[in-house]
Amino acid sequence: MGATLKDATAIAGIGQTPFAKRLPESEKTLACRAILAALDDAGIAPSEVDAFASYTMEETDEVEVAKAIGAGDVTFFSKVGYGGGGSCATVAHLAAAIATGQASVGVAWRSRKRGSGPRPWTDTRVQLPTPAQWTRPYGLLRPADEIGMLARRYMHEYGATRDHFFNVALACRNRANQNPAAMMYERPLTREMYMTARWISEPLCLFDNCLETDGALACVVVSAQRARDCRRRPVYVHSAAQGLPAQHHGMVNYWNDDPLTGPAWTAARQLWKSADFGPQDVDVAQIYDAFTPLIPLSLEGYGFCARGEGAAFTEGGALEIGGRLPLNTGGGGLSEAYVHGFNLITEGVRQLRGTGTAQVPGAATCLVTAGEGVPTSALLLRN
Amino acid sequence: MTQTDERREGQEGQEGLLAPVPDDDGAPFFTYAARGELRVQACADCREPRFPPRPCCPHCQSFASEWIRTSGRGRIWSYVVPHPPLLPAYAARAPYNVILVELADAPRVRLVGNLVAAADAALDSVDPARIRINAPVKAVFHEVAGGITVPRWVLERP
Repeated sequence: MGATLKDATAIAGIGQTPFAKRLPESEKTLACRAILAALDDAGIAPSEVDAFASYTMEETDEVEVAKAIGAGDVTFFSKVGYGGGGSCATVAHLAAAIATGQASVGVAWRSRKRGSGPRPWTDTRVQLPTPAQWTRPYGLLRPADEIGMLARRYMHEYGATRDHFFNVALACRNRANQNPAAMMYERPLTREMYMTARWISEPLCLFDNCLETDGALACVVVSAQRARDCRRRPVYVHSAAQGLPAQHHGMVNYWNDDPLTGPAWTAARQLWKSADFGPQDVDVAQIYDAFTPLIPLSLEGYGFCARGEGAAFTEGGALEIGGRLPLNTGGGGLSEAYVHGFNLITEGVRQLRGTGTAQVPGAATCLVTAGEGVPTSALLLRN
Repeated sequence: MTQTDERREGQEGQEGLLAPVPDDDGAPFFTYAARGELRVQACADCREPRFPPRPCCPHCQSFASEWIRTSGRGRIWSYVVPHPPLLPAYAARAPYNVILVELADAPRVRLVGNLVAAADAALDSVDPARIRINAPVKAVFHEVAGGITVPRWVLERP
């Protein structure tokens, strides 16, 4: 066994723009603002940046961003596919590049005007080839429909109820109510509001779905040694993994033996294998929440509970501050902002710096996950 | 009402629904559906069925494939009832159902489709309250835009 990623690199800076349904500036401008804020947070000059990583769905590219912010010569750049499944992998790719000497200062970013821009599923041209020929003509049009199908089966097999999904929505909303940057900062959620909300795709209602947000975020990854000289307390990348399971089919994972075990299971095996601690040692988690049912599924996949127990895990305030596993402490995609999960990474960093708006006292370890139900990725962070 | 009239009525109000855009691997499925046959791709060497169709067998890596005829029977594995926002033609029929049917002859093959009152009935022709997981269903065939025929599903015990 040669080089290891374990604690070899750290996130030294984070930055973001405001989050809103509509921001006036372009995605490119927002990207530059978030990246420059992250570099400033780290105390690193833009001219030192020599690596970039983002999502294939990102529409601002390295050439444009590098020349706008005044980056130096760039020797590593990568983009990760599958929408929100790529969030943690952007950091993982930079960590691997820096740990192996391919670069020294990496920037990962996501800038997206999903709040004011078009909904991706309305563009039928780009999505009708495989596997859409098997799904969309029948009106299974949106991610909410595709995940709703798995959610209904999960409810049937394991006795999960809408109250379990509400527990997830409520925990995220409660944290957003403590976070002035969150889109839902001043908007409390009640069980009555949830139970009487309009349907999006039964069994999923409005509050089971993430927000639609304009905004951008970025983080700066450097070697652990360099991070110790930076402005902020280093947050180490302890373990990182991607996950594309055998015979997986993306959000329409309907064609294998067990459609309810998704990419989380694959990423988790690799993640824990190379970590010094296990699920029981995680102080706070940032779990990808495009839809509430992804939380119980991910809790199972990442080993916080056994198969079929994810819904019951959410009971008794388990996901709230002071609970078994405080979750999505900035409000997550459900209630802070939906920017393909990048705000889960930056919130993980805040928690381990001790600067969260809903701080878990003494948090020393954090799991961050990317989109479940698509080829995914995850990070274990520690301070 | 004649059969032709029923058919015309079924297709009216369904304008704007998306037709499948078959790829090379999937095209035979629709060719057989047009003949009223529900067939799935299987390996011609190890006989293992696979879905969605693809160039080679994930079990034995053979490029030889065949399309095996199924009974067209299955059970509802799960379902959703979409509500707007949707594409306009679907919004006009919402709430409608989308079901996932586990085929009796090939359990790992679960086909997405619609539960309807009859082959050419509207997308919302079955009350969603009547849908149950595990309900037995059988395939019927319906021509959509572009002359493509797709399977739809009716309850075995309406």
